[in-house]
Amino acid sequence: MKMLNSVKLTFASRSVNEGFARAVVAAFLVPLDPTVPQMADLKTAVSEAVTNCIVHAYPDSIGPVTLTAALYEGGLVRITVSDRGVGIADVEQAMQPMYTTGNPEERAGLGFAVMQSFMDKVKVSSTPGRGTRVTLSKRLDSK
Amino acid sequence: MANVYFAPAGATLAAYLTGEIDHHSAQTLRREIDAQIDARLPELLTLDFSGVTFMDSSGVGLILGRSRRITGLGGKLSVQNVSPAVKKMLDIARIPCVTGGDKP
Repeated sequence: MKMLNSVKLTFASRSVNEGFARAVVAAFLVPLDPTVPQMADLKTAVSEAVTNCIVHAYPDSIGPVTLTAALYEGGLVRITVSDRGVGIADVEQAMQPMYTTGNPEERAGLGFAVMQSFMDKVKVSSTPGRGTRVTLSKRLDSK
Repeated sequence: MANVYFAPAGATLAAYLTGEIDHHSAQTLRREIDAQIDARLPELLTLDFSGVTFMDSSGVGLILGRSRRITGLGGKLSVQNVSPAVKKMLDIARIPCVTGGDKP
């Protein structure tokens, strides 16, 4: 499958950068002319993945979050969000809806459920102590 | 970036949310809304989403957290004027668009 375009950026795991990451993805997708719901789905999934890095990967420190976005032939968009944080010991458990290791009073535990609901495919690979990579894929309907 | 504007009317407190609700902005919104809840002890807190242009699951946490807080004080919370994108998020969390204090 031929890659048509790609971007890569690394930013600090500060919560103010959640909006920055969404804006970057939105700007990258503009040439595809996505529908409003498609754009909202992609921005939301990216926001969830980046928030996970900020809240969970680096709970007591600031570390690098790397985002890549790639566009392939046929309108396939693939986004990766990776960190070098604490990692996830049990990915399957972490992806269960309502499961959260965050503050249960304020975190709904829906991050992965939202990513899975809003994207075609979500892949998570993680090594405890080394970091986590989330790969989000979605095909935008060709018009 | 998000903001919240309050319109108290009798025992009801309406909170008009605007902008993008994410983990970053939810922290400020939570503080501001909780300060108003504690100061006014409303019977009904209405969260109005008509000005919200983006919301991720942090918004769900914000709603559920405020719902717990106001229910603990004997009040109720309702959610109104959500966009299709916000509705999609609330559906995943099974939050009805008008929530009573006795429901999640």
